Amino acid sequence: MTSSALIMLIVSIVMIWGGLGLAILNLMRHPEPTEHASEVDEYDPLAD
Amino acid sequence: MAVSAPAPKKRESFSSRKVFIFAAIGSAVGLGNIWRFPYIAYDNGGGAFMIPYLVALLTAGLPFLFFDYAVGHRGRASSPLSFRRLNRGTEFIGWWHMGINCIIAIYYAAILAWSLRYMIFSFTQAWGDDPATFFAADFLQAGDPELSFNFVPGILIPTVLVWVALIAVMSLGVQKGIGAANIVFIPLLILMFVALVVYSLTLDGALTGLTALFTPDWSSLAEPQVWVAAYGQIFFSLSIGFGIMITYSSYLKSKTDLTGTGAVVGFANSGFELLAGIGVFAALGFMATAAGTQVSEVATSGIGLAFIAFPTIISQAPGGAIIGLLFFGSLLFAGFTSMISIVEVIVAGIQDKFDMGRVNATLLVGVPLAALSILLMPTESGLYVLDILDNFVNQFGILAAGLVSIITLAYIVRALPALRDHVNKSASLKIGPIWMVLLALVTPIILGYSLISTLITSLQEPYEGYPPALLNVFGWGMVVLLLVLAIVVSFLPWSKTSRAALKPPAPPISGGKVQDSHVDPSRAAARAHLNKEV
Repeated sequence: MTSSALIMLIVSIVMIWGGLGLAILNLMRHPEPTEHASEVDEYDPLAD
Repeated sequence: MAVSAPAPKKRESFSSRKVFIFAAIGSAVGLGNIWRFPYIAYDNGGGAFMIPYLVALLTAGLPFLFFDYAVGHRGRASSPLSFRRLNRGTEFIGWWHMGINCIIAIYYAAILAWSLRYMIFSFTQAWGDDPATFFAADFLQAGDPELSFNFVPGILIPTVLVWVALIAVMSLGVQKGIGAANIVFIPLLILMFVALVVYSLTLDGALTGLTALFTPDWSSLAEPQVWVAAYGQIFFSLSIGFGIMITYSSYLKSKTDLTGTGAVVGFANSGFELLAGIGVFAALGFMATAAGTQVSEVATSGIGLAFIAFPTIISQAPGGAIIGLLFFGSLLFAGFTSMISIVEVIVAGIQDKFDMGRVNATLLVGVPLAALSILLMPTESGLYVLDILDNFVNQFGILAAGLVSIITLAYIVRALPALRDHVNKSASLKIGPIWMVLLALVTPIILGYSLISTLITSLQEPYEGYPPALLNVFGWGMVVLLLVLAIVVSFLPWSKTSRAALKPPAPPISGGKVQDSHVDPSRAAARAHLNKEV
């Protein structure tokens, strides 16, 4: 494999899979908040 | 007379953002990741293509993804209702999405059916010495390019099976059907595909293939069509702009980190494409070496890559049957999870419009679509109809709808600030002016340029030289019909039992202003009626 191709392969892997790794790390640092089970986002409009 | 009030209904949702991420990745990672990206990269600068590709991901892909998430998550509804809740005048965009997905579903099932058969063919190398002739003549029995209803049983049966499986999975619902299917299939897909790539790398000539793909041609960065190709690949690969991400994000809980989640989905989709590039070109390198030719002579994409080149590789490589199982199995899993998301856009829209339960809506959508698919695809003209539908719905359906939705929401409704505020409520990566500029300026310029140049080319030369009769019906006719139907349907009223009658979770926007009142006129009318009766 030529050196330029190898370099671009490595650069591509680092940028994209590295980006994925960072994105996952970011999500892990912001865990999902626990929400109330009773969250109902709509109500019967005729009830009030 | 007392009007009995229906009990508040809780809408289906994903149990956690992890399930959503799997589902969104399942949707984004599809056939195009495996058979389109590698060739596009190769043909547009090789290793150098990674620059415009990454730029496109960051400046258009992710911003548009966040945009779709915002519309669906804020509206907490299917695409038509989410747009309606945002601003009545934009509802037609949601119906346009529904139509686009109907068309895609019809032909997508056929490709899954082919993958299923080819998985089995891999064990006996049923394609013999001439996979190209086998595919067109023996397998598809493709006849003259004119509409035919001569059915091909070898395709008919697997197409039926695909639809049965799809309807079954989707009837189970958002969490137990869509969520569960993706939680199972996506890890399996990754495992299978990694195994395939690793195996391909051991084949003689693999490095030749990788060299061909990754050698950078820096002069390509000065060519506009390379940048258009990069933006086009990102746009079509990420499942943005045609209602899927709007629908899926509507199933997320309120306090969801949409940008953090979106970044994972976007990079995962690109990560898989890169893996596919490595695997496909390693295999093509083997193929070229075995044939004593250059990679440039064997490099191809799409249906030809999957159903002609890969069978050749399978016949020649040691352990070819395993390659076949892994490759066609990957196509099947990637495609099936994508197809789930395509059909979900339609099911969700029907559920909202007619206040229908999951099973009834799935059947109402799935059975007629299956019937159309089975009628048109497993025939002697199926390949041509597929090719035309696919090209036209992508260029003049998805691309056009994406452009219209951005321009409408950015410039007419001026909803971007409100969408930004909605996302930023729970976002780990806050979006601001850069996001708005990218969406309002960069994306429309690129999409508009692509659309206009494709329109000009398509008008000057009939696509692939197909006869006008086929092109006018399945190409231009289909495209115009989708838009006209979308506009017409958006004028039809929503009944008081539909979800449109419920209080929307966020107020509508008009001329850049968030409206104060949540009152939906149909609700006021219902109240007035009730008062009159009492």
